[in-house]
Amino acid sequence: KMAGVRALGVLSRLTARRYALFTEDDIENSVFAWSRTHVNYEVKGDVAVVRINDPSSKVNTLSVQMQKEMAEVMNEVWANNAVQRADINMIQACNSAEEVTKLSQEGQKMFELIEKSPKPIVAAINGSCLGGGLEFAIACQYRVATKSKKTVLGTPEVMLGLLPGAGGTQRLPKMVGLPNAFDMMLTGRNIRADKAKKMGLVHQLVDPLGPGLKSPEERTIDYLEEVAIECARGIVNKKIPLRKEKGTMQKIQDYIMSFGFVRNQIYKTVHGKVMKQSKGLYPAPLKIIECVKTGVEQGPVAGYLAESQNFGQLARTSESAALIGLYHGQVACKKNRFGAPEREVKSLAILGAGLMGAGIAQVTVDKGVHTILKDTTEAGLARGEQQVYKGLNDKTKKKNITSFQRDSILSNLTGQLDYSGFEKADMVIEAVFEDINIKHAVVKEVEAMVPPHCIFASNTSALPIKDIAAASKRPDKVIGMHYFSPVDKMQLLEIITTDKTSKDTTASAVAVGLKQGKVIIVVGDGPGFYTTRCLAPMLAEAVRVLQEGVDPKKLDGLTTSFGFPVGAATLADEVGIDVAAHVAEDLGKAFGSRFGGGNVEVLKTMVDLGFKGRKSGKGCYVYQPGLKVREVNPEIGDILEKYRLTPNPAVSSDSDVQYRLVSRFVNEAVLCLQEGILNSPLEGDIGAVFGLGFPPCLGGPFRFVDSFGADKLVEKMRTYEAIYGNQFTPCQLLLDHAKDSSKKFHK
Amino acid sequence: MRSCSVSPSWAVRLGVRSLSTTTQLQAQVQTKSKKTLARPGVKNIVLVEGVRTPFLLSGTTYADLMPHDLARAALQGLLHKTGIPKDAVDYIIYGTVIQEVKTSNVAREAALGAGFSDKIPAHTVTMACISSNQAMTSGKGEKSLLQDVVYPFFKSVGLIAAGQCDAVVAGGVEFMSDVPIRHSRKMRKTMLSLNRAKTLGQRLSLIGSIRLAHLSPELPAVAEFSTAETMGHSADRLAAAFGVSRVEQDEFALRSHTLAKKAQDNGLLQDVISFKVPNRDIVSKDNGIRPSSMEQMAKLKPAFIKPHGTVTAANSSFLTDGASAVLIMSEEKALAMGYKPKAYLRDFVYVSQDPKDQLLLGPTYGTPKVLERAGLSMSDIDVFEFHEAFAGQIMANLKAMDSDWFAADVGTPPMEKFNLWGGSLSLGHPFGATGCRLVTTVAHRLQKEGGQYGLVAACAAGGQGHAMVIEAYPQ
Repeated sequence: KMAGVRALGVLSRLTARRYALFTEDDIENSVFAWSRTHVNYEVKGDVAVVRINDPSSKVNTLSVQMQKEMAEVMNEVWANNAVQRADINMIQACNSAEEVTKLSQEGQKMFELIEKSPKPIVAAINGSCLGGGLEFAIACQYRVATKSKKTVLGTPEVMLGLLPGAGGTQRLPKMVGLPNAFDMMLTGRNIRADKAKKMGLVHQLVDPLGPGLKSPEERTIDYLEEVAIECARGIVNKKIPLRKEKGTMQKIQDYIMSFGFVRNQIYKTVHGKVMKQSKGLYPAPLKIIECVKTGVEQGPVAGYLAESQNFGQLARTSESAALIGLYHGQVACKKNRFGAPEREVKSLAILGAGLMGAGIAQVTVDKGVHTILKDTTEAGLARGEQQVYKGLNDKTKKKNITSFQRDSILSNLTGQLDYSGFEKADMVIEAVFEDINIKHAVVKEVEAMVPPHCIFASNTSALPIKDIAAASKRPDKVIGMHYFSPVDKMQLLEIITTDKTSKDTTASAVAVGLKQGKVIIVVGDGPGFYTTRCLAPMLAEAVRVLQEGVDPKKLDGLTTSFGFPVGAATLADEVGIDVAAHVAEDLGKAFGSRFGGGNVEVLKTMVDLGFKGRKSGKGCYVYQPGLKVREVNPEIGDILEKYRLTPNPAVSSDSDVQYRLVSRFVNEAVLCLQEGILNSPLEGDIGAVFGLGFPPCLGGPFRFVDSFGADKLVEKMRTYEAIYGNQFTPCQLLLDHAKDSSKKFHK
Repeated sequence: MRSCSVSPSWAVRLGVRSLSTTTQLQAQVQTKSKKTLARPGVKNIVLVEGVRTPFLLSGTTYADLMPHDLARAALQGLLHKTGIPKDAVDYIIYGTVIQEVKTSNVAREAALGAGFSDKIPAHTVTMACISSNQAMTSGKGEKSLLQDVVYPFFKSVGLIAAGQCDAVVAGGVEFMSDVPIRHSRKMRKTMLSLNRAKTLGQRLSLIGSIRLAHLSPELPAVAEFSTAETMGHSADRLAAAFGVSRVEQDEFALRSHTLAKKAQDNGLLQDVISFKVPNRDIVSKDNGIRPSSMEQMAKLKPAFIKPHGTVTAANSSFLTDGASAVLIMSEEKALAMGYKPKAYLRDFVYVSQDPKDQLLLGPTYGTPKVLERAGLSMSDIDVFEFHEAFAGQIMANLKAMDSDWFAADVGTPPMEKFNLWGGSLSLGHPFGATGCRLVTTVAHRLQKEGGQYGLVAACAAGGQGHAMVIEAYPQ
């Protein structure tokens, strides 16, 4: 039961899968095709079909090879000069902003040629059309897309700390209007095909086909191509107008937008929103606004220049490096490094239908896995089943799934109070109360019911797995699966293995997690594992800061302005004050005074008074249903007064408070790596960002050490150590890095 | 389902019961050139007669009727044509898709109205999974979106085969000129609460709670319930999946209309009875048969997938009012009553598949299955009657039966034997009534063309389908 934080959204790949079609009136009717590995070119009647498909990858990355071939093909089709474009790996290979700017300019030039092509070009889109792919598509004269769930369009560059650098910031506003263009580029979200049609991003949709003369996938792509070819002919024959007749609403909107002050107001509003959300920590959104503004107000020449220059600058920022690092990390943590498990989990039983148990059920039932949700009381079970239903029904309301799909998904769920059906379970995940005696009882009960191959996973947030496994007859089948609340929103899954956990058990747990759509880190066993262990010292420090008289709102402000998506006080409320107290006490016992700082009694007193955080309506704040604005709980003032500490002005500036909080987090993370709890810095970064909301712009604790400088961090910690003691003693690994500046966690 | 092989207890029971009669009858049948499908121990079931009202475009001459009126007309036509005593029938079954709420058991209402004995039980069927979310027009004269064929006489065959009945009347009716349009759920809830309200104050407050939104009516859904896709949309995608072009579809539709016109002009549609519609004229002809030209048809815009779709109003079946009825008997009973049966009803199957991508592929799955069960091959069949929901659907099914992908390996029905008297595209398609029309048409064509085996196949909403083998009765 950890952080109720939402870290980054989906970091999507810069990908494209589509076909561009060129009408070629001067080519003979014979079909001649020559094969390259990535880009192919064939003439069908009077239309040339250029197919782009990366054979080595499920999605097309705009790799050097692909661009080279693309350029060749363009030359052949156009008899004209074309240029290469950039992908993320290429950008990383550049050493200066100027080089990246040049890459961007080359991309701009190539797409300008496409845009101004005398032969109309139709982009046929199937699958993800993101980033460079989208910029390519919007440079074409016409776009046809399959109306499949897999077809999404978007500009995710902002999530990588970049901007659409090949004309995207200039073309999108013209195509979909300022508000939509800002929304797309600033959030980076994926847009489904039907929405894209409504926005005017694509002109025509093609329905995916079922099995026919070929497999559904093949035939759908052929069909898309057929329709796109017809479109290309239609454009040449003037049957399809490229300029669509504008509706009245569109005309009114255009008229309003023609006023400079209206546009200025939009820039201002958007800028304000970005500043509020990003606290100015992310340069990319601001640069995107700047590029759009320059293009609209000063014309395309200035606009394209601003785009390429800002692209070059952004590519060299540490924020971009951090975000790209997270992107690569996320991709790595979506793979099962333990190989394929011996048997697939087809039936999963969950014990405890609470928030976590039902949440796990929620992300499992829709993956075609038979899911048993067991609770001890009918009321608890009803609440849990309702949670699963509501999760699916919300998707129905948003039209992500039909009501029929919802019902058929729910048919995979069995809610029950007994152990019937457990004899067929391949895996049991317990999410019962965090008490070692209850867990032991549950292990014994379950093992009496389940088949020998069944895996027992515990969704504990702090109890060491080996302690739980002590009650098991088959400890090789026991593993920890630490989900984060709310399970359906939080991407991270922390899997904990003991010395006795078998490799196949781990492989199976990872496979289940991946099926549930999780980003997975696999860590060693120990009190608090990795995530809880990092968070505990930071929360202890937060309590001390409160005791020193800092208001919870101010504390939240300090943490969010450092880049945490959720402030420390709010985080404590979300996690639950009782859980925090519990964890602080447990880990305090395990790790001693290093985990001290704030007085645990503060939390305990709060729990005694019923201030258990959001779930009880009161914690650091007062939560009232329906009210978004929340006030500081006035009653905690007395508690804090009772445990008041005198702040030391030498280490109490805003910045010092921030570094006190962060350095304890980071030091503990590095210690986890040193002790072997963590397998790699990469998993440490992913765990901290996706599970605990460590500032994504810093890329995680390890990347933070690399970019901030281990020596500088150690220096700060020594100052705090002098006043507060061993809570700030840097660990050996951190010291090693401080001593030798060539040592980096990330190469 | 008729299946002695599946149910041994039946076999024993029926075997004993039919020893004296069936064997003797078989000797008579075996004089034919091809083998017969009669099997020892299996009762022969025959089609004695089949009739239907003219099928009319909805909203035309039948507009003021109710569904049971049409069904009644079909039943009376059957009574008249067969002269069967009104109490000699053991059971009456009707099929319908869109149910008129006032006559939800339309079989019973129609039977009583037609003068059948009130001692004859009657029930109404709708194909499993077909709920009220069925075919509907969008109210602007567009074409039917969902097509269903309900086969009540399968049930009848079952009743006779099981020895429960010896004479069953089966039929189907569909009335699209009027469909149940409901108040909105909110309004219905308010009205029902109003019934329970005790005081004037409660009533007034309930009435006061009615908002404009309450008043918008709820039209029967146009889409398949499970997939939220209309049938026409699915047909268009199916046609695309099998590479069926617009021209192919228009050609097939034109063929259907042309053949139907010819059959009508030559008086081949003997199953059509005349019907004096109250307050209107006598109707004696189907009114949807309109052979057009390829040029005219090419002008139409696609009805479902725009702008590149291929299914249009002209190559889809239209919303139709109509009813049909057949008299089915055990062979010995029919002969005992002095009837000359038209055909044997032999093996039949139901199939079902993915309602999204294979919604209309029932015939492709049903045909090989029923042929295998009957021990026949495609070339043994002399007469094919397939339900034509959409020209694209028929063409897709024909291509599917011929494709490697489906690996059916049974071949395709030759066009010179296929739907020679028109089909649902031209004659019309009153959902519930089409099944009986297909079977009667096969029987009549076998008689006329002198073939021995006929095959009926159809698709239905919900991704279901069925197929049946019919054998000519020795003339």
